[in-house]
Amino acid sequence: MARIIAGVTSSHVPAIGAAIDNHRTGEPYWQRVFEGFERSKEWIAKAKPDVVIGVYNDHASAFSVEIIPTFALGTAAEFAIADEGWGPRPVPVVKGHPELAAHIAQSVILDEFDLTLCNKMEVDHGLTVPLNLMFGTPKEWPCPVIPLAVNVVQYPPPTGNRCFMLGKAIRKAVESYPEDLKVVVFGTGGMSHQISGQRAGLINSKFDHAFLDNLTKNPKKLTRLSHLELMREAGAEGVEMVMWLIMRGALDDKVDEVYRFYTVPASNTAVGHIILANRVKASRKSAGKKVPAKLKRAAARQKIQRIRG
Amino acid sequence: MTAKKIVVKDYDDIPGTYVFDADRSRQGYHLNMFCMSLMKAENRKAFKADEAKYLDQFPLTPDQREAILKRRYNRMLELGGNIYFTAKLGATDGHPFQHLAALMTGSTQQDYADLMLRGGRPVDGNRSRSGQFEKSKTPGKASKPKAASKGKKRRG
Ligand SMILES: [Fe+2]
Repeated sequence: MARIIAGVTSSHVPAIGAAIDNHRTGEPYWQRVFEGFERSKEWIAKAKPDVVIGVYNDHASAFSVEIIPTFALGTAAEFAIADEGWGPRPVPVVKGHPELAAHIAQSVILDEFDLTLCNKMEVDHGLTVPLNLMFGTPKEWPCPVIPLAVNVVQYPPPTGNRCFMLGKAIRKAVESYPEDLKVVVFGTGGMSHQISGQRAGLINSKFDHAFLDNLTKNPKKLTRLSHLELMREAGAEGVEMVMWLIMRGALDDKVDEVYRFYTVPASNTAVGHIILANRVKASRKSAGKKVPAKLKRAAARQKIQRIRG
Repeated sequence: MTAKKIVVKDYDDIPGTYVFDADRSRQGYHLNMFCMSLMKAENRKAFKADEAKYLDQFPLTPDQREAILKRRYNRMLELGGNIYFTAKLGATDGHPFQHLAALMTGSTQQDYADLMLRGGRPVDGNRSRSGQFEKSKTPGKASKPKAASKGKKRRG
């Protein structure tokens, strides 16, 4: 059975990608940002996910103003790197997992989430920058990536609550996939930022820290944030943090915060990064290969709790 | 005459912000499609060679056309442009994004970069036009709208 072992949030600032592509990661300004991901790279090298589900938003690359899908799932075997105006980023092509993606599509649509499915989709910095931050700059990405593009460009994006519920449906889909796969979900974007209008440059660190705290401990609270409040407090473009709630919804109610990193600024935004791990996995790991009956019962209890909650 | 109901949009209360909704998307459709066309190298070349001629391909309003030619980025947003699209125009000009951000906030690029390094534009004093949301989100902190508005004035 496939299972979701952890969730990661990561900034996807294009300037981070540019710093990597132009070999400027050693500059003090960028070092401060990249240092924050050193431990994360170690963590993910150990966690060795078989598949990453990358929740991100397209920035007028694959989708213009012609068609605006709220949730677009990439079901292709491969996703080309978009030319965002200065040539495609020199990163490996993103290989998908079409079988698992098709399974997720079928499961969540029957669960009443009306996804758009993409058998061809170019991916932009929104997806590739987080891959760089977590995996560095390898010749090939270490595992398949299923892109899930969320509209946050044209108002309104899906609500935080809808995103959270979609995360739950994705989890259900993953757990009903017969192959033994370890899945990590990335929620990308954020944190507070505004890049348009006279209010550009807005940063609200206090809001960001509270958001991170609640993401770990009390995500339900975040699902009640209105778009208006998100935009007012975290900037017009900060509203993209709803994407993090898809990741969070795909995890257990109670999770372990493995790691957290926060810095201001990266170009125009606050960078927020967190790694949350499901506890079931942690207890399995500490118990060794054999899962004792006691833990199985605990897992069953957790499952019941989840259904109740 | 058809009686048009005026829709009140709660997010219009956020200062210095143009929320890109379905109305703006329709209004700015051709402006944004023009920007989208700049994703291709040959189009960027053609645009740079003769901007006015290149723009003739797109049924823009005179205002939109002027805003593009004069690189008035806030005006473009006002006329239905979206920042992720207009950023492509800035990139075509060879500008880093912070150049556009500085333009939109009415400051120099250096001043804008410094503002970011100091932790960004404070939210206090920048929440709403009406001012009604100022204290609601900072219960633990004495409000310091003076400092915030001073920073804003200096920067923007
Ligand atoms: Fe984004």
